[in-house]
Amino acid sequence: MGGSLNVIGYGLAAIGPAIAVGLVFAAYINGVARQPESRGMLQPIAILGFALAEALAILGFVLAFINPGGE
Amino acid sequence: MSLSTLATAGGETFEAPTPGDFWQPLIGNGDFAITRPMFVMALSVVVIGALLLATTKRLTVVPANKKQFAVEALYGFVRNGVARDIIGSKEFLRYVPLLFTMFVLILVNNLAGVIPPIQFPTMSRIGFPIALTLVVFVLYHAIGIKRKGLGGYFKSLMPAGVPVFLVPVVYLLELFTYFVSRPLTLAVRLFANMFAGHMLILVLFLGGEHLLLHGEGLLPAAGVVSYLFGLVMSFFELLIQVLQSYIFVLLTATYIAGSLADEH
Repeated sequence: MGGSLNVIGYGLAAIGPAIAVGLVFAAYINGVARQPESRGMLQPIAILGFALAEALAILGFVLAFINPGGE
Repeated sequence: MSLSTLATAGGETFEAPTPGDFWQPLIGNGDFAITRPMFVMALSVVVIGALLLATTKRLTVVPANKKQFAVEALYGFVRNGVARDIIGSKEFLRYVPLLFTMFVLILVNNLAGVIPPIQFPTMSRIGFPIALTLVVFVLYHAIGIKRKGLGGYFKSLMPAGVPVFLVPVVYLLELFTYFVSRPLTLAVRLFANMFAGHMLILVLFLGGEHLLLHGEGLLPAAGVVSYLFGLVMSFFELLIQVLQSYIFVLLTATYIAGSLADEH
């Protein structure tokens, strides 16, 4: 069994964006639960916030593939 | 291909799928090969063209059949749900063709990842998202420069109301956002989601096959669980694939709207 420490690092780095994405959707669900008719307005905002939070995980994904030692 | 390496290994050791499994040349090899994702992309363009032409050939004001209704619903979703809501009702019509084309192209190519005879998400090769992102990248800068002039555009990148001593730092950050972070995340988001999702399904099904055929004791039962979980993840992938094509056009519309806006 082989592997790279980079991937473990990426797993750790993904914790932050994971919490952020959870918070974004928690707020969205809260908003819709309080005012169901605001759903259409909140949805693009929620998805946009999700995409921005996910950007951090994506930067980590790129860094996980940088492998100076070579395979 | 990992399936063949698994078979030739004789079941002695399990070889986990690697990123190398996504390089699948059909004709030729090396720098100028015709690969499987290229074929899927070409096929998707033919399918989309045929489908849209066939369903919109005899248009009626009130949709006469279900196909026209479905295509109109898809178009209406991009036109009203994305373009009009994000860009604004004044100027959105110019950008609807681009957004609709991108949405349908990405959607069909993503769905190809789980449609049985094809089963290869085109966007899991980084070159395809990069090409799409280049279009968006050039477009939103071009719109902004055309609207505000070269100097005005670079001036408009600066948000208003920043204290003077922070201006250089914030401006550098804004430049980074517009020229590095936006295109990078747009391309890699699509790539990473398709790549990781397909890899996950690959691991579950290949590992399940290995456990089922070569496992001892209770391990074949674990193989069955692995298969079931792979099935569940396939449906989860469907959701991700649709969501990612939506996010791509949503962000594209947001960037266009940002370039069109008078104030930052």
